[in-house]
Formats: sequence, C-alpha cells, structure tokens
Amino acid sequence: MRLGCPVCGERDRREFYYQGAAVARPEGDAWGLDWDDYLHNRDNPAGVTRDLWQHEQGCGAWLIVTRDTVSHEVLDVALAAEAGA
Amino acid sequence: MRFSGLRVLKEGLTGNTGWQAHWRDAAPKSDYDVVIIGGGGHGLSTAYYLARDHGITNVAVLEKGYLGGGNVGRNTTIVRANYFLPGNSEFYSHSLKLWEGLEEDLNYNVMHSQRGQIVLFHSDGQRDAAARRGNAMRNQGDDAELLSVAELKRMVPYLDYEQARFPIYGGLLQRRAGTARHDAVAWGYARGASDRGVDLIQNCEVTGIDIENGRVRGVQTTRGAIRARKLAVVVAGRSSQVAAMAGMRLPIESHVLQAFVTEGLKPCIDHVISFGMGHFYISQSDKGGLVFGGDLDMYASYAARGNLPLAEHVMEAGMTLMPMIGNARVLRSWGGIMDMSPDGSPVIDHAGIDGLYLNCGWCYGGFKAVPGSGNAMAHLIATDRLHPAATGFRLDRFRTGRGLMDEEGTGAQHNLH
Repeated sequence: MRLGCPVCGERDRREFYYQGAAVARPEGDAWGLDWDDYLHNRDNPAGVTRDLWQHEQGCGAWLIVTRDTVSHEVLDVALAAEAGA
Repeated sequence: MRFSGLRVLKEGLTGNTGWQAHWRDAAPKSDYDVVIIGGGGHGLSTAYYLARDHGITNVAVLEKGYLGGGNVGRNTTIVRANYFLPGNSEFYSHSLKLWEGLEEDLNYNVMHSQRGQIVLFHSDGQRDAAARRGNAMRNQGDDAELLSVAELKRMVPYLDYEQARFPIYGGLLQRRAGTARHDAVAWGYARGASDRGVDLIQNCEVTGIDIENGRVRGVQTTRGAIRARKLAVVVAGRSSQVAAMAGMRLPIESHVLQAFVTEGLKPCIDHVISFGMGHFYISQSDKGGLVFGGDLDMYASYAARGNLPLAEHVMEAGMTLMPMIGNARVLRSWGGIMDMSPDGSPVIDHAGIDGLYLNCGWCYGGFKAVPGSGNAMAHLIATDRLHPAATGFRLDRFRTGRGLMDEEGTGAQHNLH
C-alpha cells in the first residue's frame, strides 16, 4: 500500500504510523461516556473509513486517510490540520 | 457413527463405502431456545457444550458461509496456556485442559499434538521476564521450564545461536503446548453438536436482530425470520457488523494477520518455536509444510490479505532465527480478520440487552481458546452467570478501567496490540 502525502507525494506504507479511526475528540477533559466512546468504541466499518496516520519518516504531518478497508483502495489523503480530525 | 480402529479396518476392507456425513445439514425452524450466530470454532463449541453440559439442544448455529470457513480454518494452529495475567491465565489453563480430553470426548481425531512450545529470549531483561512468566504459569498449575542455551542446543540445534545482533540466551518451554488440526476441531465440534440435536444451518446470513422492549426476540436471516429466547453473537472478525444490528458499537477494530506455509518437507522442526526479537513463530505440520506467521499489518482491514512489508519482515525474522529454512519455497500466504480489542484480551459477557450474549475480541489468539471459549460461553448462556474461569472477560472493563488485561503492557489503546 502507498499513501499520497499532500506534502511529500506518494510514499511507501512503511514511512507512515497508523493511529486509528479519525474520531472527534470530546470537548471537556472530565472522564465520561464520551471519553470511553472516543478511546475504545469504533464503527469499524467493512468499507470506507477515515483514519489518522502520521508521515513519521517523512514530513511528520498528521494525515486523514479515507480508504476502503475491504479493497485497501486509498480514496483521499488530506492534512489533518486542514481537514479537521 | 463412531470412529474406532475396528471401524477403520472394516471400512478399509469394504471399500470405504460405509462412512456417512458427519453432521446434518439442517434447515431452519421458526423457533429456538438459543440461536448462535457464527459457525466457526467458538460458535460450534458453544453449541456443543450447551448440549453436553446443560442439556440445551433446541439450538441453531447460523453460518453465513460454510462451517469452519473463517478464522478456525486459517490460523497457525498453536495451542498453549502461557498467559501471565490473572483473568487470562486461568482461562487458557482451563482451555488447555479441555484440549487434553477433546479427542476422547468428541470421538474425533483433531490431531492434537503436545509437541511443546519454546519462546526464545535474547537478553538478560527478556530472561527475567520469561522466568517471571514461567512462574506465573506454574502458579496457575500449568507447566513451564526455563531452558539454558546448552539445553536448547540439544533440542533445537538448527537455530543461529551466534547471531551477532540477537544472540539466543535461552527459552521458556511449555511441554503441554503444541498444535492441532484446525479444521478437524470445527468438524469434531460440529458433529458432536449435531448428534445431540443442534441444527447447524449453513448459507444463512443474519441480516437483522429483533429487539423488543430491551429484550432479544430473534433474528432476520437470508433464510427467513427465526425466533430465539437467547441469542449469542460469536462472530469474531465480523463482530462490529453483527453487533451494529443490535444497535451496539463495540471496542473492536478489525486487523489483518498474515500466515505462510511452505512446500512439504521431511520432519525437521519438532516444536513450536517463537522468536523473541522479531515477529516470527513456526511449527511443522504433519503434512510437512512449515507453518509460520508474524504480527499484524497494523492498520484496520477486512481484506483477508496482507501487505508485502510485513511478509518481508516475517521472512527476515525467520532467516535471522533459523537460516536453514532459506531454501524452502513458500507455497501460500493468507490473512485472517482479527477482532482486536484495546487491551488485546477477549470478551465473553452479557451484551447489556436481555437475552443477548457476546463473544468477541479474540485478537490473534482465538484458536487455542476454542474449547474454553465455547465452554464458558455455554455456561453464560445457560446460567446467566460468568464461568469461573472466564470472569475477567467483561465488556465494561474499558469504560471502568477495572480488570484490563494488557499482556503486552503497552496500554489499552487500539493501535498498540
């Protein structure tokens, strides 16, 4: 698998660190069901998903990758700073 | 139909014409006491123990494909009980004891071979950790032996002991660990359940779960509606999709785990051997193929096939550990869909909806758990109480933070297991 980093261009999967599903961080800092949900529970779709990757061995940018978990097709790669995690 | 030496002899002399199908290919009835979604190892063993231990036989196992067509048919067949943490330790110990009586109990040859598993260590720190793990295993009542390099060299002379970067310091041996014929485990449980009256229904995909007033009423399937007083979801690999039909969102992320097998070779690797410094574990099947695997590809996937970087890593780790396998030709590689939980340990629990029970999150270790998991799941369904050997597999441990079972000590976070 190759990911097209918006900064560096298309690079080998090994340059990237996978964080997990791009889910919205809860507003407050206090522990509650929203934090449990954010940390643990996942839609985990068999199909199109959005997840967070970091171009660890490249520019270091955090990326939101839209891809298909069944076909491994990468549909879109955007900078997290611009797309909103 | 029972298997025996006499029977094999008789069939051999009469052209093997007397063998029958091992289980009934049942059509769904409209109503069951218990419906189990998932005809894999765990679902079939759940059905078997419901019938054997609890006398509950008005049971259906619904399988969207064919029996044993999921992860029970695509793993590296390792059976062991070498867990460290309370919660896991007693469960896998229980499961290994069930393995040891399984063939006699099922009257089925699952080729359970207690050839021993050796986990290698490569530093003083790893030796300490292995000794501590071994002590935990012995405290649980299971066997563990710490092997010196001299002892290892007698048992497995073909390892590269002088490897400059990862020299071998010794190994932790569990003699009762080993392998089993994975398909036969599913078939044996299927036959045992079917003989006791359980309906095994293949090509029957669940498309909806009926819930009224917080209680399960049944399921919608591609072969019609089926009512059920109790419903068990035992579909590791697809847990998130099935649970979503009940409105649940699980602490599960699905990942791909790859495995490989070579052409058949003469017997050379007598044990299960795990490399301590790279992701590589290997055994040799009775057919002669070297069966080996590595770690997850480390991103969510349902593709049931992996990527080349991990395949390369596994091959490199194998060559580092035992250069003699370098001339063997790899015949096949494949990927299974792993139900990864945040702490790397499974769930056997009430789902929070009356009559709905959940069995999921087996990560990369579900095969050895097949007997224990079915046994504990059947106990939960029949009695509504957790099995004494499986009290740690609570669904709410992530929310409460109590009883997390993080064997690797990396933290209860999805991308770390």
